[in-house]
Amino acid sequence: MTVDEDQLDRAFTALGDPVRRAMIARLSRGPATVNELADPFPITKQAVSRHIQVLEAAGLITRTRDGQRRPCHLVPAALEALTSWIDTYRLDTERRFRRMDAVLTTMKEQEQ
Amino acid sequence: MSDTIINTPAGTPFVEVTREFDATPAQLFKICTDPNLVAQWLGPRELEATVEKYDVRPGGTYRYIHKDDSGEYAFRGVFHTVEQDKLVIQTFEWEGAPGEVCLEKMTYEPTETGVRLHQQSVFPSVASRDQSIEYGMEHGIRESMDRLADLVAKEG
Repeated sequence: MTVDEDQLDRAFTALGDPVRRAMIARLSRGPATVNELADPFPITKQAVSRHIQVLEAAGLITRTRDGQRRPCHLVPAALEALTSWIDTYRLDTERRFRRMDAVLTTMKEQEQ
Repeated sequence: MSDTIINTPAGTPFVEVTREFDATPAQLFKICTDPNLVAQWLGPRELEATVEKYDVRPGGTYRYIHKDDSGEYAFRGVFHTVEQDKLVIQTFEWEGAPGEVCLEKMTYEPTETGVRLHQQSVFPSVASRDQSIEYGMEHGIRESMDRLADLVAKEG
């Protein structure tokens, strides 16, 4: 697989900001308008629009036209990469359970 | 032992986790209720959690703190029901989101080869559960970036 390094740089820069990460997280649940995306943040609509432009330029989101609305969507490939959060959650949970296995093993050895 | 099963049904405030352990219910119950043993596995990744209090009895409370590069995260709750080696029902709250209290039910069920731990968490709303999931996802993105940064540093 060839990687467009500029594209990768833009994606990483875009995700290096907590507001934009939260927006991506919100979009993982479904498309949203600029107003909907702006809602949880105490920042101006202009600032939100700039964040959206950064995400769009990074190839992480696209905007479509739906009558008067222009909802933002996650790009399917980006969505695929990001929905692996459940794997992260699974991994964290499984790691915790493996530590419990280790504590159980030590305890059983001491009981003998 | 078996794989971890995680269910987060869409549109519900539930998270369910099931896993079997190679132990008796009494052994698993002990490592989940003895504060010194809890501290050994509760921490994020390889770090130990600081367990301030873990008083497992009806009406008892708990509080523990996780630390990482981005700060400290404290969690607290109250034990509601405690049935030795069988069942614990407790509240759970991340102090960073006060008022968003989850209800958690843990059952310890003997199997032919060991014990099955079943955890059910009920969030106060679907939105609250989804936010918690989103936070986990953000954390996942951050962690992936950190890992990539480490890798780049090693390769470079």
